[in-house]
Amino acid sequence: MDSLLSILIWLPIIGGSSVLLIGNERSLIAKWISVGISILVFILSINLFLDFDTSTSAMQFVEKTSWISQFNIFYHLGVDGISMPLIILTTFSTILVIIAGWEVIQNRVADYMAAFLIMEGIIIGVFSAMDSMLYYVFWEAALIPMLLIIGVWGGQNRVYAAIKFFLYTFLGSVFMLVSLIYMYNLGDSFAISDMHSLPLTLAQQSWIFWAFFLAFAVKVPMFPVHTWLPDAHVQAPTGGSVILAAIMLKMGGYGFFRFSLPITPDASSYFAFVVIVLSLIAIVYIGFVALVQKDMKKLIAYSSISHMGFVTLGVFALFSIMKMDSSGELLSIAGASIESAYLGLEGAMIQMVSHGFISAAMFLVVGVLYDRLHSREISTYGGVVNSMPKFTGFAVLFAMANAGLPGTSGFVGEFMVILGALQANFWYAFLAAMTLIVGAAYTLWMVKRVFWGAVNNPEVSTLSDINAREFGILAILAAAVLWLGVYPQPVIEAMHVSIANLLEQALTTKIPGIL
Amino acid sequence: MMNFNFNISELIFVMPELFLLAAISSILLFDLYIKEQFKKFTYHLSQLALLITGLLAFNLIGESATIFSGTFVLDTLGSTFKVFIAGFSIIALVYSRHYLSVHGLLRNEYYILALMSILGMLVMVSGHSLLTLYLGLEIMSLSLYALIATARDRAFAIEAALKYFVLGAIASGLLLYGMSMIYGITGNLDIAQIASFASLVTLEPQETLILNFGLVFLVIGVAFKLGAVPFHMWVPDVYQGSPTSVTMFLSTVPKIAAVALLVRLLIDGLSDFQHYWADLFMILAVLSIAVGSLVALTQVNIKRMLAYSTISHIGFVLLGFVTGVLEGYGSAIFYVFVYILMSLAAFGSIIVLNRSGFEADQISDFRGLSKHSPWFALIMLAVMLSMAGVPPFIGFYSKLFILQQVVSEGYVILAVIAVIFAVISAYYYLQIIKTMYFDDADKEIVISAPLDLKAVLSINGALILIIGLIPSYWMNLSVSLF
Repeated sequence: MDSLLSILIWLPIIGGSSVLLIGNERSLIAKWISVGISILVFILSINLFLDFDTSTSAMQFVEKTSWISQFNIFYHLGVDGISMPLIILTTFSTILVIIAGWEVIQNRVADYMAAFLIMEGIIIGVFSAMDSMLYYVFWEAALIPMLLIIGVWGGQNRVYAAIKFFLYTFLGSVFMLVSLIYMYNLGDSFAISDMHSLPLTLAQQSWIFWAFFLAFAVKVPMFPVHTWLPDAHVQAPTGGSVILAAIMLKMGGYGFFRFSLPITPDASSYFAFVVIVLSLIAIVYIGFVALVQKDMKKLIAYSSISHMGFVTLGVFALFSIMKMDSSGELLSIAGASIESAYLGLEGAMIQMVSHGFISAAMFLVVGVLYDRLHSREISTYGGVVNSMPKFTGFAVLFAMANAGLPGTSGFVGEFMVILGALQANFWYAFLAAMTLIVGAAYTLWMVKRVFWGAVNNPEVSTLSDINAREFGILAILAAAVLWLGVYPQPVIEAMHVSIANLLEQALTTKIPGIL
Repeated sequence: MMNFNFNISELIFVMPELFLLAAISSILLFDLYIKEQFKKFTYHLSQLALLITGLLAFNLIGESATIFSGTFVLDTLGSTFKVFIAGFSIIALVYSRHYLSVHGLLRNEYYILALMSILGMLVMVSGHSLLTLYLGLEIMSLSLYALIATARDRAFAIEAALKYFVLGAIASGLLLYGMSMIYGITGNLDIAQIASFASLVTLEPQETLILNFGLVFLVIGVAFKLGAVPFHMWVPDVYQGSPTSVTMFLSTVPKIAAVALLVRLLIDGLSDFQHYWADLFMILAVLSIAVGSLVALTQVNIKRMLAYSTISHIGFVLLGFVTGVLEGYGSAIFYVFVYILMSLAAFGSIIVLNRSGFEADQISDFRGLSKHSPWFALIMLAVMLSMAGVPPFIGFYSKLFILQQVVSEGYVILAVIAVIFAVISAYYYLQIIKTMYFDDADKEIVISAPLDLKAVLSINGALILIIGLIPSYWMNLSVSLF
């Protein structure tokens, strides 16, 4: 199929718009159509994986037509090994949230389903856009459905959270817009690949780097621009939290891979230390913050920030591992092996995919409890295992994955990043490895207080165990977590050549004169 | 005899204006003598007159001529502006009728006055002499003052009319003063003659000084009409006090004429002094964007909020003129068209909520709209996001175009300031979205608007998204005007 990516983008958007037209009165039809579209999109997206050529770093499934001739902007789509897994993660998660909202959402059902479908299309657009302006349009447009999801279906303090979410990310990204325009005026092209090869002085790169950094760091989110995330997560409905954690945060990580490293390699190398320090603060300090949370969703939100710290650490540790000599040979710094640079970057990618599964699962677990008792407070619960044994089984599995237990996907990504970081600097690895302790502490402590122990609350003993729908969703996620934990090879293989290409780009200087 | 023949053929180039003038006179007489039950046709005749005027102007696109001893110019820019003026006015009149009829303001003079002010705008757009420009400006302004005062039993409207009149007269006075300086030093009223005088390399220092002196007053006059800070004081009060339909008219179509005035005086006439007026515009632009974004944050009256939002949009338009390159001017024109399209939809959405005995002008009147009328809430959502500059709506592309031009001329700092204030202004646009989507309605919302209003508003709203998805044609069109 020549226009597979276009179909993946526009099928959910047009489908979502028609669900909007069906209206909230006919909610059952709207639900079935939505789930049908989301499954169809997922099946189509599997083709991306099956027909993917793992031997090239070139863009695949490319589509290109002129869009805004005034600025040489093209409707230019394509995927490589970095974006392909994220697109499949998107189509996968959308099915889950649509099914997860099946009975829970009673208010404006069609609108809810439509918002998720439209957002799915837009986010696939983000991951497949090869023209930076097309990318920016999708990137910003993704805010709109999320704003409405948090604001319309959210909790008590939803208005504050929704507007904070929107303004924070909007502020971050407008600087990216200015730097994209700046580069367009230098190179007369908005194509991302042209920006990759655009020579830039260190001063220019530094400005552009920080503009990008603001946009992506807010999205990831990195310490200290993370404060919107706990609010947004706590107030968002379960489905909103799942998409936010599983996919939206990945847009930031993806930005580092696609924009920061290849476009501003020298500045990335120059400022890598700052990013690494911020990542380590996120991993350790935010981990401790998670420890003291009373609200389960807030705890998972902070745990998300901590885990996303591994992504940025894995990416930027690269500059302490490798460098390129004047003849273009890749050299290792201080006896590190070339493999460890790959470990960092590939670990970061695996961590993104794995966090997509685990955070989705954790938010769904909280959602299941919230649907029954309408409380997110840890203290409300206790001894849930007595009335919900099946559910507890899943919950404990996901908690273990969140804590990074070997055999689950949480372990693979973190371990790869830690190994990579160890080659860079012992203390990076030491601090990062702290999370295995802190992460286990806050996750397992929460499990202990919620699922084990005595039943303090009489309502807990009347809880009904998960139904077939909930069981199905959690079982699929459990399978995904275990599959990626035991056999991550297909994902690594798919991205390996693209990562190698990225590695070379990131280590090749773009400063005119040295070039 | 030769001379007479020549004049006859020249009349072809003023067909839109001539036709509109004739139409206004006939409609006025028609309305005077017609029986009561046929009075409603005045509206249809006015719309027809506008439609034909627009078509006549469209027919002239591509022609270029300077006629009537150099006082009147016809070029692609002028004809295109006239088409847009007629087109946007048609939309504005469709929206107006519902508002006027539910509030008992429906008097046929309204249409006559609106047409008269449109005639003034057409003259302004084609003015090629200081005299013609001023004549057009006054025809437009006087009709607008009267238009506001048609709500003669509303104290606020009378206050607004008076305020607009007094401040407008001061602005006209300043403009005239500047024109007299220019005339005094160049000895000419003709824009082309002024331009050739200003481009002389042998200008004495005193001559440059006096030209500059005149230039400052011209810039002030234009800034007054556009409503740029610090000449914006009339905007919020007039917007709030006027009947909503007049506010809509004021905030949209006359902006095209004001931009035309700017183009004729400063770009056609004094382009050799571009670096002088560009510096002035830079200050006006930054102040407008800043004040417009910040002061709007605290408004509870939606008309007042939109007034400040207009001020900040005008700041962006002026940024396009700061660049001093033709593409930059094109980006400013594109921004004006986009702004008017959005503004019409915004006021249309306010008017759609009006019903007999209920004046919707508070932000809180939108509370819970998304439940009662999802479609109109969706349109307002698109308009607000578009005004905030969020893609994929059209407002994003107009900002992108301006920013691209500003950055390419080396004003990166200006672009950064502009985007920071764009984020700040996003807050109050989000407040409207919040009111419509996140709040529950505390009172019944009844949409009693007629079908034609609903249909035109729907198309208007859809255009904000559709042109956003395929903006290329309109961008190229705007640039090709120069």
